[in-house]
Amino acid sequence: MSDLLQTDGAALLAALRPILAAKGLASPAEIEARLAETERASPARGAAIVARAWTDPPFRARLLADGTATVEALGIPMRGAPPLGVLENTATLHHLVVCTLCSCYPRAVLGYPPFWYKSAGYRARAVRDPRGLIAEWGTVLPQTTRIRVVDSTADYRWMVLPLRPEGTAGWSEAELAALVREGDMIGVTVPRVKGATDAHA
Amino acid sequence: MIHPPGAMVRVKDDWPETSGPCHIRTPHYLRGHVGQVVRALGAFPDPEALAFARPAARRALYHVLFPQPSLWPDGRPGDEVMVEIFEHWLEPAS
Repeated sequence: MSDLLQTDGAALLAALRPILAAKGLASPAEIEARLAETERASPARGAAIVARAWTDPPFRARLLADGTATVEALGIPMRGAPPLGVLENTATLHHLVVCTLCSCYPRAVLGYPPFWYKSAGYRARAVRDPRGLIAEWGTVLPQTTRIRVVDSTADYRWMVLPLRPEGTAGWSEAELAALVREGDMIGVTVPRVKGATDAHA
Repeated sequence: MIHPPGAMVRVKDDWPETSGPCHIRTPHYLRGHVGQVVRALGAFPDPEALAFARPAARRALYHVLFPQPSLWPDGRPGDEVMVEIFEHWLEPAS
């Protein structure tokens, strides 16, 4: 009898857990701790890092030079996680992250990837037609901005530091963080200030 | 590190997947293409060995930049693709 709730992945995990414990590779407590840590990570964590980088130039420099150590200093556990690289967008350079081989994603800072990130369509089109792809999110870059597609194929995980949008002068770190979305840190979108009449402008 | 930043490199035109089971982190669309080393990213256990639980040598990893139109016919001039590639997949190109 098949059970709708019993997926292949769940069955595999159930079989693997006792083997990992028996071989002394990972105890149930360690697995639970890692699951809990992954659940805690979310795009809000990445957005806070971006907002800090926008308001604190020395932090931004450290983040770009050594993402792993810099976010670890913020209390984000990176032990056992792949190293983190942060790529800075500028007025003339825009990064778009993809993993054409599988679904490598900076989970420590952004949590689980969005469903489309793992899709064959996203992975194939990101390297072949990045402008056409991000246009589906409504993202149209100036002709003077070149796109650098980052195919995350190996041991690093990459997060985009988006360009701080115009009209945010004087905003607090919390206000800025609220502006940053998951897609901004992948590169399919760019942060925007909603509405023309902005209280802070 | 044998490839300094700025060096031109060619991704080997190898297709190990045609001769048996393997695990390769070099995307097929780059094989045989020429790019420029951006930076060395350190050294990591060879995933091609790790995947089969074999002893894994540490391999240098590089960020290599390719002009996007050199990879895809519909690429836009000026756009780029940057990929992590292990040293044993790269050979000097002039």
